Amino acid sequence: MSAAAQKRASGHPVLEMRHISKTFGAIRALQDVSLTVQAGELHALMGENGAGKSTLMKVLSGAYRPDAGGEILIDGVPAATGDPIKARAAGIAVIYQELSLAPNLTVAQNIFLGNEPRRFGIVDRDQCNRRANEIIARLGVSFSARALVSSLSLGERQLVEIARALSTNARIIVMDEPTTSLTSRETDSLFEVIATLKAHGIAIIYISHRMEEVYQLADRVSVLRDSGYVGTLERADLNASRLVSMMVGRDLSAFYKKDHRPPDAKRAIALSVRGMSDGRLLKNCSFDLHKGEVLALAGLVGSGRTELARLIFGADRRSAGTLELDGKPISIGSPREALDAGIAYLTEDRKELGLFLDMSISDNISMGVLARDARTGGLRDFGAADRRAAKAIADLSIRTRSAQANAGSLSGGNQQKVLLARLLETEPKVVILDEPTRGVDVGAKSEIYRLIDNLANRGIAILMISSELPEVIGVADRVLVMRDGSIAGEVTASGGEPLRQEAIMELATGAAQE
Amino acid sequence: MTDRTTTSVDQAAVRSRRLRTTFAALGMLPVLVLLAAGFQFINPRFLTETNLLIVTQQSSINIVLAAGMTFVILTGGIDLSVGSILAASAMVAVLVSLVPDWGLLGVPAAILVGLGFGLVNGLLVAYIRLPPFIVTLGSLTAVRGIARLLGQDTTVFNSDLPFDFIGNGSLFGIPWLVVIALSVVVLSWLVLKRTVLGTWIYAVGGNAEAARLTGIKVPLVLLFVYGVSGLLAGLGGAMSAARLYAANGLQLGQSYELDAIAAVILGGTSFVGGVGSIWGTLIGGLIIAVLSNGLILAGVSDIWQYIIKGLVIIVAVALDRYRLQAGART
Repeated sequence: MSAAAQKRASGHPVLEMRHISKTFGAIRALQDVSLTVQAGELHALMGENGAGKSTLMKVLSGAYRPDAGGEILIDGVPAATGDPIKARAAGIAVIYQELSLAPNLTVAQNIFLGNEPRRFGIVDRDQCNRRANEIIARLGVSFSARALVSSLSLGERQLVEIARALSTNARIIVMDEPTTSLTSRETDSLFEVIATLKAHGIAIIYISHRMEEVYQLADRVSVLRDSGYVGTLERADLNASRLVSMMVGRDLSAFYKKDHRPPDAKRAIALSVRGMSDGRLLKNCSFDLHKGEVLALAGLVGSGRTELARLIFGADRRSAGTLELDGKPISIGSPREALDAGIAYLTEDRKELGLFLDMSISDNISMGVLARDARTGGLRDFGAADRRAAKAIADLSIRTRSAQANAGSLSGGNQQKVLLARLLETEPKVVILDEPTRGVDVGAKSEIYRLIDNLANRGIAILMISSELPEVIGVADRVLVMRDGSIAGEVTASGGEPLRQEAIMELATGAAQE
Repeated sequence: MTDRTTTSVDQAAVRSRRLRTTFAALGMLPVLVLLAAGFQFINPRFLTETNLLIVTQQSSINIVLAAGMTFVILTGGIDLSVGSILAASAMVAVLVSLVPDWGLLGVPAAILVGLGFGLVNGLLVAYIRLPPFIVTLGSLTAVRGIARLLGQDTTVFNSDLPFDFIGNGSLFGIPWLVVIALSVVVLSWLVLKRTVLGTWIYAVGGNAEAARLTGIKVPLVLLFVYGVSGLLAGLGGAMSAARLYAANGLQLGQSYELDAIAAVILGGTSFVGGVGSIWGTLIGGLIIAVLSNGLILAGVSDIWQYIIKGLVIIVAVALDRYRLQAGART
């Protein structure tokens, strides 16, 4: 019988989150989620991108205050919410994916950052190092408290974060995708540390997309979906297909539906991608994109979808790989060359990488074709820009008072349409859309889906990256799934059957290998 | 929330945005007018034809430098080397003017030398991707050394300067220096607002990565703006030599870059790039000249002139902040 089970029999669970909801304006990020965690237990939290895992953990750490009615109990006692300092004092520690260490300080200094042992008001460096060494010894790892964090590997830095959590006597440690940037050896030593922590009665909430890890570590698994709680499985009941169906099982009937273009083997290949690698994440990605096809690129965040798109578009440098457009080899070393060849790319981050917020809508739409429109001597043809803008505003129903208004004055959906208009002005043969409906309201979403459909019907080849499975199912003719920088597999509709979400999720999480 | 409240909130936002836009468009013109009126009140000699000609003439070289600086700052960069480039170019202008029969070539020679230094800055910023501040800080020092080297660290003279009309002559009663400065401003406006390249400059300053992904050759744009800044500093060198019949590699153009930057910032061009206009720079340059001239006429000591000018620059940056907030993106 495990320590967790004993505890469950004896008294209060170390953590209870009851009826947690969280709304941001009109958006419901969490809806009545409850979670119970026992001391010494590793409780895995799973769910698709955007299912609400991170929001729930932010409520736990005090970064967000839950809506009225939600409460957090620690050892059966209601705890303050919405206060990170009190949450830490209550024994809650979160290890974030983006490590928050100061690289130019020592391990010990980092462990006690903001919480330094003092003597006569001065930091007591000896005590600092001694206590840091004790904690490190408890974790059973092999670096010195005096080492500079910048000299440590990513895995070791994560252990420093855990040590920092222990220094504040944390009893509930949240780990958010802790293994994504670790080597397999580092992962193994992390798992050993986790076992040590559990033996000390510390509860761990472990967020992961990786089935094999969850299988190896979890005492229980809770699943979130669409901001809500779906259920919890005991270790004995763990089963890949059941987990996947809990993660995706959703009614699609209300969602966008289209007539899938029948798969047509005779349709010509527009873009052929072979052996794309970037020397970091991407490994040997190959696929074909057909004319008039909507091919979705699915996968979890961090699986390399955007990286692959940027590589094809020439935005980043590739270490290997070739491209063929309409059967002819092409060489693309910059976005300019990609656009000249007829490949266009819609960025996932429209404010940082897409729009010129201080410039007019008209300028934003024409930005890619200014040179083409120019009159002799490089003079602008403002008439051409205004005609393009007027047409785009009408065609894509961009809601604005004037084409001369700044792009920054538009709503998210209309900004996205401006970027789509810019992309279409270049008359591309291949269009790569990276999260085309991210941060876009429902109305604009369906307009964008209709636009994608129209483009495909005109014979344009479309590669669409999307983290929303219903969108993938509703819009795509075929789905490629990426995992860990490689193409994990392909999902096609067959015999009038729709694309299966479960099949996509299994490939994305690696459950298909079980 | 009902639709009605949304609309009224929107209207209020639109109204306040309109107010701020008006403020931004008018820029510092009211400040210039107020300053002029104030100095006229203190000393009635200020608004005389002679004095105004002196003011515009004194501001002309700074306005030429500031025009080039506007291009650079619009891309989010900075060019600290213009004062040194001006000195080196002025040296070249005077040295070439001493060549018998070919003396007139001093002007194009100065401009080409300036362009050359500007392109070196541009290459380092655009292709080696060094920070503009560091590159031009380096050339500020190095080019100053070259300027001294050109005259063996002495002042070079030419009392019979073949192009002295530039510095001391007039065209229809308007000093050539002023004609040149205004032409530079009009040409800059043409490039910035009427050409494709000009739109690219604003785009690169507004969002360099988006510009790259839109297919704009960002390095070429950067090379161009530093080239323009160097070229105009070279022109400024020729103007300076023509005015003085002499050049000195050590003293000429010292801290001119600061006046040029001050003019650009006073003119409302954002330090982070992407927003601004050449007309603003013109007004900024005039404000600095009016301030110097007016303070002298008002009998303010040299020391206090420094303090007041410095404070004006700080206030200008504060205004820039306010303007940026006004344009806060929703």
